[in-house]
Amino acid sequence: MESKDYLKDISEIKNLMNKSSRFISLSGLSGVMAGIYALIGAAYAYWLVSNSKQEYLILDGTVFKLVLLDLFLVALFSIVTAVILTTRKAKKNSSKIWDASSKRLLINFLIPLVAGGLYILIILGNQKYGQTGALMLIFYGLALINAAKYSIGDIRYLGIIEIILGLVAALLPGYGFWFWVLGFGIMHIIYGTWMYFKYDKN
Amino acid sequence: MSIINNINKVFDHRIRLGIMSILMVNEYADFNTLKELLGTTDGNLASHTKALEKAEYITIEKQFIGRKPNTRYSTTQLGEAEFKKHIDALEKLIHKQ
Repeated sequence: MESKDYLKDISEIKNLMNKSSRFISLSGLSGVMAGIYALIGAAYAYWLVSNSKQEYLILDGTVFKLVLLDLFLVALFSIVTAVILTTRKAKKNSSKIWDASSKRLLINFLIPLVAGGLYILIILGNQKYGQTGALMLIFYGLALINAAKYSIGDIRYLGIIEIILGLVAALLPGYGFWFWVLGFGIMHIIYGTWMYFKYDKN
Repeated sequence: MSIINNINKVFDHRIRLGIMSILMVNEYADFNTLKELLGTTDGNLASHTKALEKAEYITIEKQFIGRKPNTRYSTTQLGEAEFKKHIDALEKLIHKQ
């Protein structure tokens, strides 16, 4: 065997290791859409809160419930769009959407996210909502970093940015909302666009 | 030359290298997953997995999922160590030339 064959061997080994352990059909466009949904949701929440007569949020008030519903809808639409677009991309790449690598990706993404979500709900129940935006950013960032091992490595950087935004937001009480808009809205759009041009567009 | 000694004859085949590569980064993989990823035939894959099992580099675990038989493969500690040695040897050979 010549060295050319060895080189080919090594590159094929790397290729197989990646292909068998990472789910790479995530669609960049779904990131952009998630960002747009987050911006629409945030605009609606802003409108709700600034048009309500109270100066502050009360937990069992209608406004608060509407904000929660708004948040839930943003998450739901983002997930549905991601599933549809990713399925389409997986079909185009003729790879399966529900295999060992996507399962692992999802489980590792959900562990920090669910833990953080439950924690946020618990402290909301204790009337501590000042840090909600910061906590959402931090736990979402941790979830992304945890999932990055099983997908395209770039997701890790988005995770790091979200964590930094979350920590800065925690330092600046009262601006949590704007950091949330920046992290979940603007960053998703920037990142999704970047991913789209890097991986999706042929 | 000592480097040549580390080139493992058992791994001297594209499919066998492929099987080992997949199993190194996954806890286990079943027959169909390996077949799909490697783009090979049943008979070909079976003969190569048998060879790797005979060398005790991988273990084969047969079980049933519902009524369907399912064969799962995973690496042994010996297999992992030998594969790493083999890769190191390959890389050294490439850098030498």
